[in-house]
Amino acid sequence: MLANQIGYYSLLLGLLSSFLLCIVSAKDFNSSNNKINQNILSLSFLQLMLVVVSFLSLIISFVNSDFSNETVFNNSHTTKPLFYKISGTWGNHEGSLLLWLMVLTLFIFLFLIKSREQPKKYRILTLLFQQIIIIGFFLFVLMTSNPFNYLFPVPNEGLGLNPILQDPALAIHPPILYLGYVGTSVIFSSALAAVVLNYISKDWGQHIKKWVLVSWIFLTVGIMLGSIWAYYELGWGGFWFWDPVENISLMPWLSLTALLHCITVLEKRNMFTSWVVILSISTFTLSMCGTFLVRSGILNSIHTFANDPARGVFILIFLFVLISLSLIIFFIFQKKNYKDLQLFWLSRETSVLINNWFMMYFLSVVLIGTVYPIFLDVISSEKISVGPPFYQKLITPFLIVFLLLMSFVPRLKWIKSKIDNKNSLIIIFIISVMLSLLIIKNLKVDLLFNTILVSAAFFLFFTTLKELFDKKLNIAQTLSHFGFSLLVLSILFNSILSSETITNIKIGERYNYSNGEIFLKRIEKKKESNFESIIAYFEIKDRNSKTIELKPEIRIYNQPKTITSEADIKTSILNDKFLVMSHVKGNEYFNIRYQVKPFMIWIWTSVLLISFGGLMSLFKKKNEK
Amino acid sequence: MYGKKVKLRFIFLTLVLISLILTVFLVLQSLKENVVYFQSPSEIKSLIELDKKRIRIGGMVKERSVFINSDEINFIITDFKNEINVSYSGVVPNLFAEGKGVVAEGFLKDKNYFSATKILAKHDENYMPPEVKEALGDK
Repeated sequence: MLANQIGYYSLLLGLLSSFLLCIVSAKDFNSSNNKINQNILSLSFLQLMLVVVSFLSLIISFVNSDFSNETVFNNSHTTKPLFYKISGTWGNHEGSLLLWLMVLTLFIFLFLIKSREQPKKYRILTLLFQQIIIIGFFLFVLMTSNPFNYLFPVPNEGLGLNPILQDPALAIHPPILYLGYVGTSVIFSSALAAVVLNYISKDWGQHIKKWVLVSWIFLTVGIMLGSIWAYYELGWGGFWFWDPVENISLMPWLSLTALLHCITVLEKRNMFTSWVVILSISTFTLSMCGTFLVRSGILNSIHTFANDPARGVFILIFLFVLISLSLIIFFIFQKKNYKDLQLFWLSRETSVLINNWFMMYFLSVVLIGTVYPIFLDVISSEKISVGPPFYQKLITPFLIVFLLLMSFVPRLKWIKSKIDNKNSLIIIFIISVMLSLLIIKNLKVDLLFNTILVSAAFFLFFTTLKELFDKKLNIAQTLSHFGFSLLVLSILFNSILSSETITNIKIGERYNYSNGEIFLKRIEKKKESNFESIIAYFEIKDRNSKTIELKPEIRIYNQPKTITSEADIKTSILNDKFLVMSHVKGNEYFNIRYQVKPFMIWIWTSVLLISFGGLMSLFKKKNEK
Repeated sequence: MYGKKVKLRFIFLTLVLISLILTVFLVLQSLKENVVYFQSPSEIKSLIELDKKRIRIGGMVKERSVFINSDEINFIITDFKNEINVSYSGVVPNLFAEGKGVVAEGFLKDKNYFSATKILAKHDENYMPPEVKEALGDK
């Protein structure tokens, strides 16, 4: 009860502090003092603390199962383990928005601390733009999704958290992803501030690159966590489904990746200034659109929470205001760079430009595939969905060219360059083609297409591997590129070599599939605090009569009454063995799907490598200074 | 007439334009091929020509219509006006049950028989896919 009130009032005070901050910093903007007013920093810290207090009190309400709070009532239950009571705080619409808000205030505070060497006006203006976003979110939370609504009479028991969200990966996935999303807001605000002050320059590039890197790392890891969760929890046996919600997290990532490359050019050569600003704006807009589409219930997906049109309208208006504001600022203040900077075909600058074109292409494909169904539904009320073949068909051919370019273009030097070591490149290329031919020949797949694709990936793999040993180039960058080649290779072999057996089986029955035998030994029933589970004991013998035991589970949760399938996965370096079962009530058959998925662990490892490259780059920056 | 720079810029712009048009064309083409339409059993009954494309069908699983043998699951999807037989082999989502909403993706064999390749997962007992709701006329 008390926590509820504290939470609500500290939110209100937080909003008030936003207005105060705006006034104080507007006053300070034109003052002659070269240093930023100390009050601004304290106020920003106060604001952060107020939101933290609010967030903590929501957590306390969740831990105490205080059902007088509507959010807790809707999303918690007394029998839920403590860990999921806490993670349930951000497993719902209201709580997750509060988390957004908390990260927003945290980042602007960190920005103020970390930007002491930057011009005062630029810092204040960034703060002001950020406060506009923050005020928007405060209003959104308070008006449409207040996490502290009272319920009277107080119910005895809550409705419970959707069991598929009761999972460790999903407990950390939203916070990490949000750190990435919200990080882009700082880039957005500071890009706008820099445009107004005509401060888009090498210095700015160097300073904002840290924020780009941090957001990019969190976004990458956040997307990966979501993907891992979908892999083992949803039981579809894949890691990427081109589901609208997945696409929506991929779009800001693509835009941010383009920005990450582009900003190096700004930092070193003071070029592409407008493009950097456009990318900064679009990255944040895409992050916001993501939140909008997911929260508004327009997308029919696993993330859809209760639909409330008011929320959708609010975010839509907010989004509209932000986009128009940024466009107006961009067109009024952006100074054309008439300095005649020469751009040669073979140079680092062009290579970054090419990277950006590819990113933009991938981005448009994903955008069209995601938005087109919504668009069609609105204008013709025809219901459609866009399947994975759409993306595969449009992305794969371009991926080949992308991989080939990525293999040697990053070696180019600034301004004007030529390709060194042509011989070693050709040798590596021939080796890659031979190797791919050798592998693909033995598999029953389309020879030409797959060979080209795998060769391109191997080419990148070997060139980056060689560079890692040569240590001539930027190691962080090479590591990320190496990780990317590993990712593409793992995904390719995963999709080529995966095998799947589907059958219905009774207890005690044996089923012979093409590669061995599946035996359902017995089932066992167990009772846990908030669910009952049926555990099935399977023995799977493969051709080499190696036997493995897999124990998939069906869980029947009490609150809300939901059934989930827990897949059992045996992971090894070479492949994952994945077994999931389902059961139709009152039937003696269990439906099972047994999959052998090669290189699953390498997919996750390579994504970690990619983000580790980013981390190295971040720390290298600090050491240089 | 024009300087070398202008010429180069012109060629460059034409190239960008051509690639842009090509891309748009490519995207639209594959969109056409890979779009999956949603239909209700009644809509299928009123079809004049059978489409060989992949479609989605949504409605309710008819009571006492689920029948499972060792390689297939057979059931009937109904929108309370018309119904269609569905056969499927694979793992059904957890909330698949008689008298509940369902969306199946696959191919039509004829107007009464649908071969599903995917039964879509629904994660909430009270949740009804908007398409199904519409197909059932908000029942």
